[in-house]
Amino acid sequence: MPESPSLAQRVLRHQLLWPVLALVVLVLVNVVAKPSFLDVRMQDGHLYGNVIDILRNSAPVMLVALGMTLVIATRGIDLSVGAIAAIAGAVACTRIIGAGDEAALSTAVMAMTYAVVVCVVLGVWNGLLVSVLGIQPIIATLILMVAGRGISMAITDGQITTVNNPYFSDIASGFVLTLPVAFLVAVCVLLLAAVLTRRTALGMLIEAVGINPEASRLAGVQARTITWTVYAFSGLCAGLAGLVIAANTNSVNANSLGLWIELDAILAVVIGGTSLMGGRFSLAGTFVGAIFIATLARTIPNIGIPSEINYLFKAVVVIAVCLLQSPKARALLRVRRPGAPTPVLAKAGSPA
Amino acid sequence: MSSITAPTTSPWDRVKGFTPPPRYLPIIATFALFVGLFGVGGMRYDGLTDPQVLLSLLIDNAFLIVLGVGMTFVILTGGIDLSVGSVVALSTMIAAKTLDMGWSPYLSIAAVLVTGTLLGLLMGLLIHYFDIQPFIATLAGLFLARGLTYLISVESISIKDATFMDLAFRTVYFGEYYIRWTAIIALVVVAVAAYVLARTRFGRTVYAIGGSESSAMLMGLRVAFTKVGVYVISGFCAALAGLLFSLYILSGNSLHAIGMELDAIAAVVIGGTLLTGGRGYVVGSLLGVLVLGIIKTLISFDGTLSSYWIRIITGVLLLAFVVVQRFATRRRT
Amino acid sequence: MTQMKTPPEVVPPADGDRSPVIEMRDISITFGAVRALDDVSLRLFPGEVHALMGENGAGKSTLIKALTGVYTIDSGVVLVDGERHEFHSPAASQAAGISTVYQEVNLVPNLTVAENMLLGREPRRFGAINVREMNRRARRTLLHLGIDVDPRTVLDEHPIAVQQLVAIARAVDVEAKVLILDEPTSSLDADEVEKLFTVMRRLRDEGVAIVFVSHFLDQIYEIADRMTVLRNGRLVEERMVADTTQLELVRLMIGRELETLDRLDRVAANTDAETGTPLLKAIGLGRKNTLEATDLELFEGEVVGIAGLLGSGRTELARLLFGADTADTGELTFRSQRRRLRSPRHAIDRKVAFSSEDRKAEGVVGDLTVADNMLLALQASRGWLRPIPQSTRTRLVKEYVEALDIRPADPNALMRNLSGGNQQKVLLARWLITQPEILILDEPTRGIDIGAKAQIQAKVAELAAQGLSVVFISAELEEVLRLSDRLVVMRDRRKIDERTNVDVSVRDVLEIIAGEARREDDSDA
Repeated sequence: MPESPSLAQRVLRHQLLWPVLALVVLVLVNVVAKPSFLDVRMQDGHLYGNVIDILRNSAPVMLVALGMTLVIATRGIDLSVGAIAAIAGAVACTRIIGAGDEAALSTAVMAMTYAVVVCVVLGVWNGLLVSVLGIQPIIATLILMVAGRGISMAITDGQITTVNNPYFSDIASGFVLTLPVAFLVAVCVLLLAAVLTRRTALGMLIEAVGINPEASRLAGVQARTITWTVYAFSGLCAGLAGLVIAANTNSVNANSLGLWIELDAILAVVIGGTSLMGGRFSLAGTFVGAIFIATLARTIPNIGIPSEINYLFKAVVVIAVCLLQSPKARALLRVRRPGAPTPVLAKAGSPA
Repeated sequence: MSSITAPTTSPWDRVKGFTPPPRYLPIIATFALFVGLFGVGGMRYDGLTDPQVLLSLLIDNAFLIVLGVGMTFVILTGGIDLSVGSVVALSTMIAAKTLDMGWSPYLSIAAVLVTGTLLGLLMGLLIHYFDIQPFIATLAGLFLARGLTYLISVESISIKDATFMDLAFRTVYFGEYYIRWTAIIALVVVAVAAYVLARTRFGRTVYAIGGSESSAMLMGLRVAFTKVGVYVISGFCAALAGLLFSLYILSGNSLHAIGMELDAIAAVVIGGTLLTGGRGYVVGSLLGVLVLGIIKTLISFDGTLSSYWIRIITGVLLLAFVVVQRFATRRRT
Repeated sequence: MTQMKTPPEVVPPADGDRSPVIEMRDISITFGAVRALDDVSLRLFPGEVHALMGENGAGKSTLIKALTGVYTIDSGVVLVDGERHEFHSPAASQAAGISTVYQEVNLVPNLTVAENMLLGREPRRFGAINVREMNRRARRTLLHLGIDVDPRTVLDEHPIAVQQLVAIARAVDVEAKVLILDEPTSSLDADEVEKLFTVMRRLRDEGVAIVFVSHFLDQIYEIADRMTVLRNGRLVEERMVADTTQLELVRLMIGRELETLDRLDRVAANTDAETGTPLLKAIGLGRKNTLEATDLELFEGEVVGIAGLLGSGRTELARLLFGADTADTGELTFRSQRRRLRSPRHAIDRKVAFSSEDRKAEGVVGDLTVADNMLLALQASRGWLRPIPQSTRTRLVKEYVEALDIRPADPNALMRNLSGGNQQKVLLARWLITQPEILILDEPTRGIDIGAKAQIQAKVAELAAQGLSVVFISAELEEVLRLSDRLVVMRDRRKIDERTNVDVSVRDVLEIIAGEARREDDSDA
């Protein structure tokens, strides 16, 4: 056996290295532009500051991205999460309005539970299309992505629906133990996912299914169950994200709620190091990735670029991150050692 | 092993016993759907029996047809291009801005086409030479194009150039029916694309890459050139579609064409092209666009359904086509 | 698949009066820390079939890929007709007249046969592909080779054996100076192998230099004139086939005597195992277009060998017994309990284990560790809510790494970095860990080196002695005959013979198969 690598080597080879490094660089850029960027102050029993805002704003994307991570690990993708979030917001808000006491705690709880259940069912629908009917994930979830917007608009009948319920608003703007509730919800889901995947065999089985589905099937892995579980979980996460977003504005605009959030989520997953080809995944990486994206959104007003540049910035970041992760690009940057052929087709065959 | 069968039956027998090769079934299904919808519409609403409706469909959807052609090339290689909607928006903005600055319309058109093509080239290079997934690379393209659009102008710019307006409305009449040049351009694009895919080495390489990229490489095909090439084509088509769209909407706006890439993808899928690549035809994508177009027309004729029903119905159609495709391919394996 | 040793038809001329068309001198290639090739030389003469041999990991594949421009060479030269060449791409190599047919059928399944044959070289008229001319040329080449296929049909409408012939037809069409065949016969039946050899001989007589990479020693003796043996990335020797006995060859390849293989002679025929209730009884088990209704019984402590040519239904039968495919007809009874197997999971719950013939696509989970791969089936049967305790994991993995001599002995090594033979051993461990009663092994020794092969065969014998019921499928008849207590012979998707393995020779089995074929010709089924 090779001798155990030193601590420095282990750090350098750790899969979290690149995402954390990217985040650190981004934060440094911000601090250089405005040294008070990282300042946090206590007020009214809560923490305030850029960092806190970032944590809170990262919640929706983080929630969606956590669900997305597991789906991607099974070689799938879930494009419908934005639509599911919109449906969650629409269902919750219409339920709150339709209830007897609009501002009651029980109303909020019931409406949110109902919304989440609907989203889990939608997730199971996706899972069934993929696992039972064997439809490609990209197209299976594309269906709900397209139809789901229509459904959410049908629920609100095309109107922007406003609600007035302090408990509901608290999800987005409240604080518990000095931290934003929204962020804590996301962290809870992260912990739940981590326990589910690493303390049980679910993580390993998901990875096996993602890396070689047929071998897993022949080894007795019931991929079907695993598949619709991850899509159901993705639906759950999207639903929670939708509630947070709706609670933020105390309203739901079915046309725009969660629009394109799937792209940000996929970005977060990719930045975090999970491969789009499926297989090994990293929830911690996704966590860092989501924070990265939220920090990026903050960076733009912070260093004084007009907000229209947001898209441009994201484009540059996506390209930079992918290039960093691409082994080919990394090989270009390193000095070419003699005797290191890049066997492009080695992927097609097996060694020797 | 199969053997070569020599026909000993009469031509009529052959027509009777004719079963289309399985690879054409999806496109036949799309065609049948289109004819069916047209027929149903014609029965319910008298206005729809006029053949001009068909021609108007082509006119109103010319830009989407061109977009679908470009998307077909990309999807045939097993890739995807999420940036096309944003490139359309960028194209409208470039056209509007350059015309506003006083450029000649022909120079404006050239600028638009060059930009779209360059963006496609950039994405193609990222995808092939750096092994970045098409999804992610074109996602970057989406952000890039949308960002550039905002960079040029945050507000809408309208197009008032005379030559441009003339191009937009130029019409060809035959009898009591008319068709605009925009639709003719779209049809020409489809014809050229179909020819390239069926009869050129480049086109067959596109199918080969979709079937098995590693095999294509080992066979010594110009895989790099072709893979980058399809994104260049998609970029060009997106730019051209943007021009056609700007002729349609006569303004440049960063909020244009949001989500249009989804419409293009839906049209391609409904047209029978497999998202895994290797199978499909551009004519199918044309039919897919027409199917989506006629649904929109039916809904607006009906008047009782809100516009969001279009999305729901599109979703249901996608589901139906995909499920049928799934069962058709399952039988083969 | 053995034939009697026939002397090569063409007496190889002295090396002195001919120069090689290809010469690779002192080639070295390194991947990271691994020296895949170390100063290897190869000479290819026109009008010769040159066998390239070596165990897995010897470097055969790497050498081929270096010649065909897939890998870049770190040091050494390649001479084509005496001139230095550097191939940076497959296209460059093809342009120099080197044509390759790889082990995986590297064609495009969604295009037609004609297109696959002429892709990249289609006849053109005014820039457009002349489809009619293309079909005509393809038909001509196919007829020349005696392949009965309509060039206008789509490739994946045909079975793999046909697709491989099309791949060879493509190489032939190019009129190459050098034709490299990388394990071309692994998916062909005896008829197709003969057809291939006929074509090879014709090409050889026309002056083509043919490289034949293969594991089948008898085929090498039948067709090859010269051979080069590699071991661990180094050149062992280049010899003329006529001057080398099989024993000498194997010794060159594995560097030690054949004792391990000889020691495997088991006490034949465990006849008392056939009393009592069968562990598994299949009656009329069949699947449309795949397998005709078949009966089979499996008993404890017995090795049942399934012999037959490619396409005879061996793998299909195995898969039906395991539930990997669902049966259309027939029933399965496990110790007197009738059951339908709807999935592999059901079979595993019934204590059946199955090691697939295609370990890469159906066995190896490359990015997971050796430990995870080994414990996959056991974990799957426990469900995801009950992970295997860490202590048990460590113990089990250590036990099997030692028992099967898996190298490297590191449970955290990634599965994809292991050689084929070691991967196969890990997969075997995966199944043994589930403590099955019935173990079905489909081609467990295909494509692996002789050392690992012997270890696996020894293990099979040991398991049967311990009471396991083993089904052993292999294309190598001697292997089947060496290990089996009972023999099942299949042809054309049905069982044609079943007998105790006493005094049965390879020739006997071939005659059984041939006997059936003759009968079929008469009845014209």
